[in-house]
Amino acid sequence: MLAHKTFLKKTRRGKILKVVREHYLRQDLHCGWKACAHCAVAAPSEASVEAPLNTPLTPPEVSPCEAVASPHLLILDTNVVLDQIDVLESGHLADVVLLQTVVQEVRHRSSPIYKRLQDLLAQSQRRFYFFVNEHHADTFVARRPGETPNDHNDRAIRRAALWYRQHLGWAVVLLTQDADNRQKAQAQGLIALSVETYVRGLVDQPELADKLAVRAEQAHDLTRPALFPEHWAPAAINRGVKNGQLLVGVFYLSRTNYTQASINVEGRDQPVLIQGLAHQNRALDGDRVAVELLPAPEWRAESEVVLEDDGQDPGDTITEDHAVSGSTSRQVQPSGKVVGIVQRKRRQYCGVLLPSPVPQATRHLFVPAEKKIPRVRIETRQVQRLTGQRIIVTIDAWPRHSRYPQGHFVRALGPIGDKATENEVLLLEHDIPHSKFSEAVLACLPELPWVITPQDESERVDCRHLDICSVDPPGCTDIDDALHCIQLPNGNFQVGVHIADVSHFIRPNTPIDLEAASRSTTVYLTDRRIDMVPGLLSSNLCSLRGGVERFAFSCVWEMDPEARIIQTKFHKSIIKSRAALTYEQAQNRIDDPSDETSVTQSLRQLMSLSKILKQRRLDQGALVLASSEVRFTVDSETADPIDVQVKQMRDTNSMVEEFMLAANISSAKRIFQEFPDCAMLRRHPAPPPSNFDPLVKAGKRQGYEIKVDSGKALADSLNAATDGKNAYFNTMLRMIATRCMMQAVYFASGTIEEPLFQHYGLACPIYTHFTSPIRRYADVIVHRLLAASIGADSTYPALLDKKSTQNIANNINYRHRMAQYASRASVNLHTHMFFRNKKRDEIGYVLFVRQNAIQVLIPKYGLEGTLYLRSDTDKSIAFHFDEDEPSQSCGDVTIRLFQKLRVQLTLDSSNVQHEKLVLRLVEPHIPGFSVEAISDDETSMEEEAPLAGSTPSSKIEANAKPTRKRSSPQNSKATPKAKKGKKS
Amino acid sequence: MAGYELLSEQNLRLDGRKADELRRIQCKLGVFGQADGSAYLEQGNTKVLAAVYGPHEIYRHGAGGASRPTLTATSNEQAVINCQYSAAVFSSGERKRRPRGDRKSQEMSMHLRQTFQAAIKTELYPRSQIDIYVEILQADGGNYCACVNAATLALIDAGIPMKDYVCACTASLMNDRPVVDINNLESTTGGPELTVAVMAKSGEIVLLEMSQRFHVDHLEKVMDLAMEGCQNIYHILDKEVRAHVSKRGSLLGWEAT
Repeated sequence: MLAHKTFLKKTRRGKILKVVREHYLRQDLHCGWKACAHCAVAAPSEASVEAPLNTPLTPPEVSPCEAVASPHLLILDTNVVLDQIDVLESGHLADVVLLQTVVQEVRHRSSPIYKRLQDLLAQSQRRFYFFVNEHHADTFVARRPGETPNDHNDRAIRRAALWYRQHLGWAVVLLTQDADNRQKAQAQGLIALSVETYVRGLVDQPELADKLAVRAEQAHDLTRPALFPEHWAPAAINRGVKNGQLLVGVFYLSRTNYTQASINVEGRDQPVLIQGLAHQNRALDGDRVAVELLPAPEWRAESEVVLEDDGQDPGDTITEDHAVSGSTSRQVQPSGKVVGIVQRKRRQYCGVLLPSPVPQATRHLFVPAEKKIPRVRIETRQVQRLTGQRIIVTIDAWPRHSRYPQGHFVRALGPIGDKATENEVLLLEHDIPHSKFSEAVLACLPELPWVITPQDESERVDCRHLDICSVDPPGCTDIDDALHCIQLPNGNFQVGVHIADVSHFIRPNTPIDLEAASRSTTVYLTDRRIDMVPGLLSSNLCSLRGGVERFAFSCVWEMDPEARIIQTKFHKSIIKSRAALTYEQAQNRIDDPSDETSVTQSLRQLMSLSKILKQRRLDQGALVLASSEVRFTVDSETADPIDVQVKQMRDTNSMVEEFMLAANISSAKRIFQEFPDCAMLRRHPAPPPSNFDPLVKAGKRQGYEIKVDSGKALADSLNAATDGKNAYFNTMLRMIATRCMMQAVYFASGTIEEPLFQHYGLACPIYTHFTSPIRRYADVIVHRLLAASIGADSTYPALLDKKSTQNIANNINYRHRMAQYASRASVNLHTHMFFRNKKRDEIGYVLFVRQNAIQVLIPKYGLEGTLYLRSDTDKSIAFHFDEDEPSQSCGDVTIRLFQKLRVQLTLDSSNVQHEKLVLRLVEPHIPGFSVEAISDDETSMEEEAPLAGSTPSSKIEANAKPTRKRSSPQNSKATPKAKKGKKS
Repeated sequence: MAGYELLSEQNLRLDGRKADELRRIQCKLGVFGQADGSAYLEQGNTKVLAAVYGPHEIYRHGAGGASRPTLTATSNEQAVINCQYSAAVFSSGERKRRPRGDRKSQEMSMHLRQTFQAAIKTELYPRSQIDIYVEILQADGGNYCACVNAATLALIDAGIPMKDYVCACTASLMNDRPVVDINNLESTTGGPELTVAVMAKSGEIVLLEMSQRFHVDHLEKVMDLAMEGCQNIYHILDKEVRAHVSKRGSLLGWEAT
């Protein structure tokens, strides 16, 4: 049967088109009940490739719900899926038919919910069946002239429900939130209920009611005074944007002040400042919002106040006193107010419950772990159980009269403070896939014992005779690179970089490949590693361990004694590493004059070549930036941190790094030459000059001019800026410089112009990642491209498609960023644990001076903390803030930028739910404000030693490995990167 | 929301067809009295009229078709094929400026001429010309295919000897799965498009065209499906030809003889 869909469409140029599309109606669509005798076709089998029936419906025997007498089938309306997806995911509803009409509408309305719905449909035990009602001859409903899409969909849903009842002979319950639709359905003899009625009627799941979302119409209580202005209607926003009255951009809440936010609008170099909660108008961090600029006289400068939203629920009021205190004397910024939200970026949030002080209350406040997200009001009957637990909550609505958004409980993760729970929170908050590898993935692993076949030998270059060795941090089990160097008869050197051949084991489009692509990176937490590929590969078959034969992808150069590359060759090879050394061991071997083994000699040659390479790179303007990296010494029994050290950098670190950089550059050139459209490259854009303002300002205060017009000028002026009295000054400047940088990103070469390929930090025109395929997916793609270019492997469609390469790159960029945040969060978590019941006096440096606080950097822990300048005991202590200097003074003591301080660190555990690190000033001494130094035996006083350790490193790119690679969770050394590695 | 889901998990396309199903084809022979042969064909919403004139004497100045025949040495040995493709100004959603003579129409005319040059037994008609006119009344993807199929019918109706039926069909790729006979929506939003015209019985390929590159891994399955589509089209056309001939025949009373 055939029907036509005819509709009018407006083109981009404003023309009105009539579109006519065919719409075929079928008789051969199955109803979903496996044993159905009425269906014209046999039920598709579960194994069917085309349309697997993985979710057969089964007739229930008893009704699970009090509200319905007989066993029944559920049919959902769109609004049920959109609002109550958490209830559907809970697993307590079964025998549900999802109609095509509904699924398509969900797809149009919300893509995250659509994704979750797809996942639900894919789970076979759920008994959710997708029924293609719009193409079924009996359930198709033609649109009536003048009928709204909504009414038409409702009619289609009711038609399908009636058909199911007649077809199967079971009771059919239509769940809908729309009273009108319910009424019409009841008039047609259907059972129609709201989700609330149905869920509350479920006999054995009383707690499911907690997961019910607050519906917008319930939430909006017009009788109460509105705190926030109304959001504009989408049409009004569109008009406003078109005529220039409104701007659209992404809303970013300030990290230090919850009442202040900024909006980056495309095409404007200055962000729009939003001050005060009313002006924020219920936007959440990450939302795309429409803003209206305030008249120029109301523009403000960014407030320097550090503010956190804490304490109990203040009720539905907004206090704006500090919000607008941003002074007008300093440079004002365009300020505005949010008038509507274009696209929401809501997700599920982890956090804790702050029980209401009223006993027996069901409404409570939820405090998200992410500080940028406001607290959420939820309703639950399980306070006793949930207090002291980490829970997940979804935001449903934010009515105008409510100080906080309203949401509902989704699930509990576990007790607060429990390490497993905290790690889970961390992983969930950063959207890191961390479930166990599935059966399908594990089935892709090679069988053990793994042997090298004669065929492998014939296809690969045999490098087993070469003296190859690897140099890594101690305890590293996923070794993905090894080196060798020999002198050639003509006086040149043959230098080889051998990278684990991961692409040999991970074949395209296999489940293991898809999983690795989705994870994109191995995530290093302080006490745990979340692998990108299963352990058998990452720690065994791919890992280039000492003394065993492994497959490698080799990049071999001929270099002259000046370290100039004469020739580059890529080939797949079989290697046998002579030794897996640590940086320290390698350094010792090089330094030991009595050691004349061939491995040591090649290490020495590598070292001397690497120094030339590095010098040349620096001469070209490569930046040396700083970030503090710490490692925890972890108690092997309890896995609690015992001590923290700043990571040490040795010459061998930089030696390995230089060759990895060189290998990456060589591969980038090669793949770009062979695949100009779809090469996976990495670029680091030059930051806009305005980004450097804080750096230039900071330099000026100390009397140094920082030139930022080119990478080379910046590198030179950073080198020149040293302070004899303050050895740490230069490092701090470099840290500030790091924060001015843009994020480096992966991309497909065909998507942008070639001049934009440049890598600013490394000062090279083209770059990629080739050297760590075990822990980065980008490298796997690069390996495949290289292998195809040398004829060692075949291509596959997605590899040569720039769109799909770009999609992969986008995902890698996202995961990579999240992995960095997670690592940092993990360090913070361990720092907290470390300071539990401890009190330390430490040396710190002033990194920023704010209006009511100073940011202090504590190099020993690679930690940055806020020292609030207000006294709890003595109200007479007042600091004077000089914003031009910038400095804070109290009496005759002045605290300036970069000044060295002594601060006391303790953990404030008074609020178990939200532990935080507290800084107190010890030195310079301000009577009534400073605290006394604690006795010397408790304090660690090795002042300068840690500073020497955190020498500036050029660890921008290359193998950021040294900082983050670690072994198994049981191992006692952990070296995550702390703080702000904005770059690599 | 982002894009369309061209091929769903249930193996249904946006218009409700499965991946390997053609659109509905309806056709009719002998729709005009004036022409020597004519046919009307609907392939889904793509609708085409074809008319055939000839064989007749070669016009020195042809009717102004895009690929006007010229007198060459070869025309002494075989018939000259003249094709003219045009699309009615109302055939597409946006009104076209000119129905024929633009680059696209010229290219299409040339392709059609090549196709039928190979299929018609031109050596039987030296120093003569055969005109094929096709007019797209409604365009909804697969225009070339519909033209070839309609022209084949018209040639049969005109009684011009051909080696074989020429049938044409498109195929494309969605979610790495091949799909046959794509419509306009699918061809504008989907991936690469492959067009193939074959001699149905012998399986010889007369024309093969790709709009973009296919990866070599996919090409074979897409090709197979397109060929299968051509075969299915052939059966439909053949059935119609037989019905048409028997109807004509019975009118002439051939059952009596």
